[in-house]
Amino acid sequence: MRTDVIFAGIGGQGLMTMGQILASAALSEGKQASYLPSYSPEVRGGWANCTVVISENSIGSPTVGEPSVLVALERTSLAKHGPTVKPGGLILLNASLIPEPLQRDDVRLIGVPATEIADELGNPHVVNSVMLGAYVAATEAVTLGSVADAVREQLRSRFHLIDVNMTALRSGADFVASHTPEVV
Amino acid sequence: MPETQPPVEIPEGMEVVATRPRALTDVPFTYCPGCTHGTIHRLIAEVIDELGLDDRTVAIAPVGCAVWIYEFYALDAIQVPHGRAPAVGTGIKRASPDTMVFTYQGDGDLAGIGLAEVTHAAARGENLTCFFINNAVYGMTQGQMAPTTLPGQKTTTSPRGRDIARDGHPIRVCELLSTLDGATYVERVMVTDPKAIRHAKRAIRRAFEVQMEGRGFSLVEFLSICPTWWGKKPDEAVEWLRENMMPYYPLGVFKSAGQAGGEQAA
Amino acid sequence: MSAEPKAILMKGNEAAAEGAIAGGCRYFFGYPITPQNEIPHYMAEHMPQVGGVYLQAESEVAAINMVFGAASTGARVMTSSSGPGIALMQEGLSYMIGARVPCLVVNVCRGGPGLGNIGTSQSDYWMATRGGGHGDGRCITFAPATVQEQYDLCYESFDVAERYRHPVMILSEAALGQMMEPVFVRPRGEAPKDEKPWALGGRRGGRNRRVINSLYAQPDDLARENRVLAELYEQVTREQVRWSEKGDDDPEVLIVAFGIPARCSETAMERAAASGVRTRLVRPISLFPFPHEPIRRWAKVAPHTLVVEGSIGQMVDDVRMAVGDQSKVSLLPVLGGLLTTPEEIAHEIQRVYEEGGRAP
Repeated sequence: MRTDVIFAGIGGQGLMTMGQILASAALSEGKQASYLPSYSPEVRGGWANCTVVISENSIGSPTVGEPSVLVALERTSLAKHGPTVKPGGLILLNASLIPEPLQRDDVRLIGVPATEIADELGNPHVVNSVMLGAYVAATEAVTLGSVADAVREQLRSRFHLIDVNMTALRSGADFVASHTPEVV
Repeated sequence: MPETQPPVEIPEGMEVVATRPRALTDVPFTYCPGCTHGTIHRLIAEVIDELGLDDRTVAIAPVGCAVWIYEFYALDAIQVPHGRAPAVGTGIKRASPDTMVFTYQGDGDLAGIGLAEVTHAAARGENLTCFFINNAVYGMTQGQMAPTTLPGQKTTTSPRGRDIARDGHPIRVCELLSTLDGATYVERVMVTDPKAIRHAKRAIRRAFEVQMEGRGFSLVEFLSICPTWWGKKPDEAVEWLRENMMPYYPLGVFKSAGQAGGEQAA
Repeated sequence: MSAEPKAILMKGNEAAAEGAIAGGCRYFFGYPITPQNEIPHYMAEHMPQVGGVYLQAESEVAAINMVFGAASTGARVMTSSSGPGIALMQEGLSYMIGARVPCLVVNVCRGGPGLGNIGTSQSDYWMATRGGGHGDGRCITFAPATVQEQYDLCYESFDVAERYRHPVMILSEAALGQMMEPVFVRPRGEAPKDEKPWALGGRRGGRNRRVINSLYAQPDDLARENRVLAELYEQVTREQVRWSEKGDDDPEVLIVAFGIPARCSETAMERAAASGVRTRLVRPISLFPFPHEPIRRWAKVAPHTLVVEGSIGQMVDDVRMAVGDQSKVSLLPVLGGLLTTPEEIAHEIQRVYEEGGRAP
């Protein structure tokens, strides 16, 4: 079974960290994983995305033309990658920054007010953790526990950030669980 | 591969007053008549003998007339790309710090194509010794203008004389490198009379001593003649050097820093 | 005994560096260039931990010559760069080939010519396989496709380089350098202690002097050295041709691709199978020496041969040489710093299949 996801947004939103944590969580569950980043040359603020492929067997292509899941953190990345999601696929979007829906009725769309949730948690930088929690709850590609462990490992030298990221992961997951996936 | 010289039997009642240095092979030099390479080769070899360094020295051969020094020195040697000797020497010293390393480079090699490598080796304080032979002309490739060719000097590529407006100014390597904190010992000498030769040998010795003591980068520049491409007899060439090169490239110690005992030389 | 092996998630560039250290590399000389910077970063951090040396050179020209110097003492030494920097290293590589000095050079390939861009590319295929600079030299070149293979090839390259006293190049890709995958790492090993009868360091103990040199002024001497190198390359070809292959035993389309495009092709083959097209993939791992034989063998069976590569078409030259007129060769060039996808390749497989194969 091969699953794939593209995390897309702009540089500085923590996209690469999301991909690395997901790959790390998959690895800890004994799965194969590949994480492939792609970004424009600007150090900050350019477009950025990463592709994660998870499989029980060896991973062939680390690239995906038609992803089964897209996690879009802002408007331009949805416009760029939204049309490529395969029919029947899933798009998770940061509804706080993407007010206009994508005109597709052949994919499942879940809007998560991730920026608002992060603001409520008092740390605008944890939008990526909110969306990652939402992704895990919506896809069950890995367990939330594996992701939480990977986040703790990632933040072992900045442990003061662990609690807020744990809360952010749970908030994202809870949002998906408690809302009937709304077609926005 | 020519090896060290065969031992010579000394007849009863005789003593050796002069001999070919052990650090040289038995191969005759192949330089043009009057060329100063031979003198400089020998001086370096004598110092290596006197300091007992022949079993731990690597010579780095340049591209230029001196490319064949690996035939002349009874030492381990490596022949390297044009101008890159200080970079190759850096690699040798970093991998094998107790090996003594010297480069032997002409003005095209060191001051032209290799100016970056020698400058950065000096800036890093790389613990090696560069011998820089400045005869103001590319010798091996038929006498073209060098970075050290003097204003007005005729060469095969400056047939009406070096034109400052077109070709720019000569580079004074010792002055340039002596501005770098990493350079420990920098001196310019010449080898055109016995007194100058004795002085040049002392400079070679000091350069090697700096390296033996691990005190960093040392360079000795030798003002040299090229009778062939200067179009002069050897004695005329020496005269031309005195009248033209010495005023532009003054002799002396340009840098002598961090001497043992903490004394800073002027 | 080593502990139970455990895979760790590593970037391709880090895996290259760690693989080299595990393979006994203790000296690294380099110069910054994207997209390989994680290699010098890693080396700057880790070389001191193993008693090695990391040194940032003033240029790629200096870096390769520092490699030349350190390698001439018998040390295991490497550098890494990307296309523009590898171009500057061609002079030094040529001298090392001529003087028969081993080393490892990793090229994390970006697009060109000129400054091109920092996106992923395989367009240094010609420079690698025809290169090693001027003259009658070649460059032993391996191309990894996974982060694990990048680690393994860097680990092994020093043995290969020393076996032939010749530089080895790893032709990687920007994407492979940047991506992360699980890697099984080995304990960090030391270089073998055996004396290298050519290594410099002074005539210690009164031994005969040694000279490392690529100058052969006499025509007979240079001709002899050129023939020695040619014989060496024949030996390398006998011993080092490497490839992997998978797929149907009666393919209608033979795919030849190396590196990441080969992995994209693997996934594309599953799609092709679903639409009833039988395929086989030959993935060259050694680019020089090139695996002509398996390509020739499968080209006899498959009427279509599809080359997928991250350039305007470079390896396709070697494929055409191997295939001759046995199979119709098509090319899917992947350009601009982008990666291909299984979908794109599957589409191309279908297209060449429908277009008709080898001319009667």
